[in-house]
Amino acid sequence: MKHLEARLSIALIMIHSLFLINNAGDLFLEKHWKSVISRSVCDYFFEAREKAVEPDNVPPVIRTPHHYLINIYREKIFFVSVIQTEVPPLFVIEFLHRVAETFQDYFGECSETTIKDNMVIVYELLEEMLDNGFPLATESNILKELIRPPTILRTMVNTITGSSNVGETLPTGQLSTIPWRRAGVKYTNNEAYFDVVEEIDAILDKSGTTVFAEIQGVIDACVKLSGMPDLTLSFMNPRLLDDVSFHPCVRYKRWESERVISFIPPDGNFQLMSYHISAQNLVAIPVYVKQNINFFETGSSGRLDITVGPKQTMGKTVECLVVTVHMPKVVLSANLNATQGTYNYDPVTKILVWDIGKLNPQKLPNLKGSLSLQSGAPKPEENPSLNIDLKIQQLAISGLKVNRLDMYGEKYKPFKGVKYVTKAGKFQVRT
Amino acid sequence: MRAPPALSASAPRNGSRDSVSALRRSASSAAAEMSASSAFSDEKGGSASEPEYGHDPASGGIFSSDYKRHDDLKEMLDSNKDSLKLEAMKRIVAMIARGKNASDLFPAVVKNVACKNIEVKKLVYVYLVRYAEEQQDLALLSISTFQRGLKDPNQLIRASALRVLSSIRVTIIVPIMMLAIKEAASDMSPYVRKTAAHAIPKLHSLDPEQKDQLIEVIEKLLADKTTLVAGSVVMAFEEVCPDRIDLIHKNYRKLCNLLIDVEEWGQVVIINMLTRYARTQFLNPNINESLLEDSGEKAFYASDDEEDEDKKAEAATLAKRKPYVMDPDHRLLLRNTKPLLQSRNAAVVMAVAQLYFHLAPKAEVGIIAKALVRLMRSHSEVQYVVLQNVATMTIKRRGMFEPYLKSFYIRSTDPTQIKILKLEVLTNLANETNISTILREFQTYIKSMDKDFVAASIQAIGRCATNIGEVRDTCLNGLVQLLSNRDELVVAESVVVIKKLLQMQPEQHSDIIKHMAKLIDNIQVPMARASILWLIGEYCEHVPKIAPDVLRKMAKSFTNEEDIVKLQIINLAAKLYLTNSKQTKLLTQYVLNLAKYDQNYDIRDRARFIRQLIVPTDKSGALNKYAKKLFLALKPAPVLESPFKDRDHFQLGSLSHLLNAKAGGYQELPDWPESAPDPSVRNVEIPEWSKCTSRKDRKEKKVEKPFYSDSEGESGPTESADSESDSGSGSESASGSEESGSGSESEDSGEESESEEEEEDEEDQKKKRKKLDKTKPKKPVVESAESEQSSGAEDRKRVRKAVKNQKSASESESESESSESDDESEEESEEESESDTDIRKKKAPVSKQPPKQSKKESKKETQEMSLLDLDDFEPSPASAPVTPVNFLSSSLVSDLEGLSLTDTILAPTTIAPSGLIKMYELLHRITGEGLGVEYCFSRQPFSPDPNMVAVQIQFTNNTNSETKNLHIEEPRLQSGMRIREFAEIEVLAAGESVTVVMGIDFCDSTQAANFQLCTHTRKFFVSIQPPVGELMTPAFLTENDFKKEQGKLMGMNEISEKLTLGGKCVNEHVIVERVTATANLSRVPCGSDKECRFAGKTVSSGCLVLVTVATKDTGGAQLTVNCEKMVIGTMLVKDILQALSQ
Repeated sequence: MKHLEARLSIALIMIHSLFLINNAGDLFLEKHWKSVISRSVCDYFFEAREKAVEPDNVPPVIRTPHHYLINIYREKIFFVSVIQTEVPPLFVIEFLHRVAETFQDYFGECSETTIKDNMVIVYELLEEMLDNGFPLATESNILKELIRPPTILRTMVNTITGSSNVGETLPTGQLSTIPWRRAGVKYTNNEAYFDVVEEIDAILDKSGTTVFAEIQGVIDACVKLSGMPDLTLSFMNPRLLDDVSFHPCVRYKRWESERVISFIPPDGNFQLMSYHISAQNLVAIPVYVKQNINFFETGSSGRLDITVGPKQTMGKTVECLVVTVHMPKVVLSANLNATQGTYNYDPVTKILVWDIGKLNPQKLPNLKGSLSLQSGAPKPEENPSLNIDLKIQQLAISGLKVNRLDMYGEKYKPFKGVKYVTKAGKFQVRT
Repeated sequence: MRAPPALSASAPRNGSRDSVSALRRSASSAAAEMSASSAFSDEKGGSASEPEYGHDPASGGIFSSDYKRHDDLKEMLDSNKDSLKLEAMKRIVAMIARGKNASDLFPAVVKNVACKNIEVKKLVYVYLVRYAEEQQDLALLSISTFQRGLKDPNQLIRASALRVLSSIRVTIIVPIMMLAIKEAASDMSPYVRKTAAHAIPKLHSLDPEQKDQLIEVIEKLLADKTTLVAGSVVMAFEEVCPDRIDLIHKNYRKLCNLLIDVEEWGQVVIINMLTRYARTQFLNPNINESLLEDSGEKAFYASDDEEDEDKKAEAATLAKRKPYVMDPDHRLLLRNTKPLLQSRNAAVVMAVAQLYFHLAPKAEVGIIAKALVRLMRSHSEVQYVVLQNVATMTIKRRGMFEPYLKSFYIRSTDPTQIKILKLEVLTNLANETNISTILREFQTYIKSMDKDFVAASIQAIGRCATNIGEVRDTCLNGLVQLLSNRDELVVAESVVVIKKLLQMQPEQHSDIIKHMAKLIDNIQVPMARASILWLIGEYCEHVPKIAPDVLRKMAKSFTNEEDIVKLQIINLAAKLYLTNSKQTKLLTQYVLNLAKYDQNYDIRDRARFIRQLIVPTDKSGALNKYAKKLFLALKPAPVLESPFKDRDHFQLGSLSHLLNAKAGGYQELPDWPESAPDPSVRNVEIPEWSKCTSRKDRKEKKVEKPFYSDSEGESGPTESADSESDSGSGSESASGSEESGSGSESEDSGEESESEEEEEDEEDQKKKRKKLDKTKPKKPVVESAESEQSSGAEDRKRVRKAVKNQKSASESESESESSESDDESEEESEEESESDTDIRKKKAPVSKQPPKQSKKESKKETQEMSLLDLDDFEPSPASAPVTPVNFLSSSLVSDLEGLSLTDTILAPTTIAPSGLIKMYELLHRITGEGLGVEYCFSRQPFSPDPNMVAVQIQFTNNTNSETKNLHIEEPRLQSGMRIREFAEIEVLAAGESVTVVMGIDFCDSTQAANFQLCTHTRKFFVSIQPPVGELMTPAFLTENDFKKEQGKLMGMNEISEKLTLGGKCVNEHVIVERVTATANLSRVPCGSDKECRFAGKTVSSGCLVLVTVATKDTGGAQLTVNCEKMVIGTMLVKDILQALSQ
């Protein structure tokens, strides 16, 4: 009996297998960290996929008689992992996203083609990232020392000299307390760039009042500094940030006590921090939208009239303005006239995209015209909501400002820069 | 297409003959991959790096070519050129990746396990791990290589040898594995030790008999002091011996302290393990809380619902004997995990959140809400999991997420599953105060195109209605309106929900039942039809005429109905037979006959059973007598509750919680112990610690790992447990702050980048900036006035007001001065810039006032201001409000807005004659020991703050002595409510009375404002509860405006009620008087003399309130109230009804 009990508890393992499945339902890669699980287990996934209609709607956790399938959908690929026992689902989800990010980092994009083209490297990566189903090395700096990213040049050199893509020694980062940085980094130009990117998430109601608005910000860094620099980034107004998350390199203590970000940066591109300025604070809404969408009871037609204008732009120009409308199914076509930019209505996906470009406050862009509906069908109940996309350069809409960046621990003088961008995140206007 | 395989088969031969040239070519072809032309295909086929090339599925004759291809792979593997081997291995791995069987290559591959080329070796490892289990005998050939590898001086090779050795699932090598693990566990390289920890569960699953030995290794590794090992060994612990909690004791404090530096994945595992550990070792921190409230056992039971009664009682008595003190180790865990809420890894954040939810005192759990809300911005899968957990948490701790209500609002682009979860959270968060906003949100959701989501929204409305009595009628009305929706699904769902709601109070709603009975002709959705039939059957006495008719119709269509509908028809028939057998006897017989021959045996059974039960025959037994009781018993109304109720017995964040079912290997979260186990088990003998914390060791750490340097205080395990004080702020941090303080460098908005020059003269910069400040405000004047944002300074000022106390937040924009962080200098800079603008100059005399002034000064100041103020209706000059500091700014606003205010001040006085104002008692003169206090709602706008309701308070001193220092203290208010106190009354002479005015912002709710009224000797608890009618001010609308606004407030925002006018309500005049007495509304002109219209706005949020009283010739009337705030609307209807029916 005791033996049996033991038998039951032995199957513990976090991620058992991974299947990559494309949007069309082709399974194009499988990797098992333990004994092989037949790919037929994916049938349960396919079933759920079919039921969900949209790929977004596939439940992240699917239960099958003997396994659990935890999947993510990214870049038109489903990463389906097979789990046998209790494991925090977020653990797996977060890991799968990390895998996708690593692919992106290595191959420039994470798509079916690039994965197929680099099948062997993908396999080597997966082998390094998970050992017996438990994450082993997920820091891209460590991985890059173990398995060098492919470049055409390197492939050539390797083939000629017989050297390989695989590192022969243990990455230095793996042993240190700063696993994210490799040792012996050298640059001729030492530079550190920070991009403060803020996205406005908002819901505006029919009359233009803000139902809900908040700001999601990230600071992306591109740090190319030699040696072991110790950086300190301070803000003019750190108290603006009440909810932040950091790259593991940031020292929490310093942030808590002094509100400065002190860190030894990873080499290259990374996301230093992200922050969230919640609905309680005042959020400036850069544009307003006047819209009038009507569907007529008879004649199976409708009218659409949208005008976009600047609201609180802090004196900056609004660029890359795009309005996207998910039309009701009955809308067959749109015959519109845009005073600025171009519009495109895709009758298959029922998505109307109006690409405006730069917003000119003197001459407000307007899109106007008629919609034709499927004859005979009842008029849609609800007007479609508008999704706005925009970009404002050189402005962090929350007012966040970097004060200064100091470097300790190295002698040279780095070149430093900060850029601000505001974008629309999930910016929706209800109609 | 047949050509390539043949060619490729020939290629390797070619390659092995003159491999060098082939290689060169292959290199170039790999480089020019894209431009592959058919001319090159023969070379490429053999050696191109593109893996799938070799086995194009389109190539015919799979079997034969497969055979051949494997042949050529073997050949390549046998060659002595590494590059060829590599090529072959790459292709083999690609085959494995695609799920193709490559097992027949095993002998050829395994030979290469000792290959010098590390990449070939790695790929061979990959292959071995995949196929060793199937070919155990052959796999043994490789073992000696690994054994050699274990001794290699290179730690990476040692580690990977161990990894592969332990991954080969061949039982025969168990002893070798055991030996290797033991050796590796004491390896000097922490990386190898980590690998050893990883190998433990592998061996355990291969041979559970080794458990005891493995536990020894785990014990040893648990004592390891490197962060690298910690995560992996805890993982091994969790898999091999999760119940050996005793192994953790000695390492508990170390794990807590190392936690922050462990890699992310390890953190998750350790936190989850420590949660369980803490549940067995510490006492429930919330036991104490309820005892502190010192309200006896009853309150204790009421407030604590986590454990079952018996245990609670025991624990209570126990805790009473020994008051609860949190174990310092418990505190240590909470403190050390808290910063991890800021991790970028969602799994870590979730792990900490569940730890706090399960372990922290109630007061501290709140901090996790913010982090969880932040996660909602992440990938949709993360959102899905987080929302599931939030849904569970909101049931237990609603208050935690209430401030984030709006973060759960739904976007039309959200995936359906996310929408439904958000809806769940919103429903859980609904309470009396926020229900109207939530219902308004729901109303927009109902119009969505996503029908599943609409159905869920309707159910959510139903749940809100059952949970919150105040809005039940409103919801019901709204749902009834949905019955005329064009979409059948919406109607059906509404029917189902209405059915449940009606069950709560059927008597009042017979008209709704009638309405639904009519719907039966149109609705086709079976569930909805069944619901209607059940409803009619259940309440057939309320609709005695319609019910038999419905049955008649149903009998006609019986054969075509769905099964659930048929069952309900039988039900209906039976119930009608029992209540109204005269009319329905034959119909019932007919239906039962039809059912008797139905295809579905359920229906046949039911028919037979019911016939026996209701139709008395000589054979039918005793049950017959009770038929009525059986069928027409009062049924309890269904409780609509969240599917997430009680899910929290699963550890949050776990798979089991997500599925609401126990997953294999789930470790139950133990209940708190009744008494704490001995805490000394976690003490560690001093010698061991002193070894680790010896100065030398520390020093080394400091030099080697600068990352530690600032968290030094915490990482020394000895200090951690009990000393909280000396944590992070070492000398380094102090200097850091100095530096950041002195820094005045800033990136000006225009610059994209700048190379910093430290030596730059700071003074110079400041000057420059001042200049900038001066020039900036002028620009906006030139620019067009319509762009709000450009009028920088003014705008900023406004923003500052909005955030008032968070001065720092708004300090941003272009004021570069703000690098000085302390408040005073901020204030200074503010003033500097203020004086620049013209508008500011006007205000200067007032706003120049430094906020940190002495009390005396401030009083004087406000006295002056009250002259400017327009509230000269205030009866006593003594009542000039004492100002809290922030009062200054807002009264300025009202100063500026004075002009617009005058209109509203003049107007209402004409409507609400003071004679009608009702006085309420605040303090009876007996309980007040001679001090009598009355109050009334003066219906004047409260000029210092237009969002407040003015309350006029009259103090009467009935004693023979003076009462001094009358003032208000300690207001206890609902969230959002504000109070503006009246000025302290210094002396109230005997027998005199005085009147003052105070302002209360009730937030448009009828919640009472509680505060203490203090004299120089006593304090009295008093509360002011406003009638709903006092929460509004008159609004002036024209008839057209009124109609337009009314049109906007239809649906759930409209409540109408029939009434019979009271005897005295003879004419229009009385009605107007009554209504305006009840509510502070103004009359709207109206063309028809049958109708009286009134309009007002709520004081706090300015929502329109429209009231219409339409009289009928018969003496009845129809009262209609349109208001966005449904609670207000509902309550107002009640009040006016009462006033009019008297």
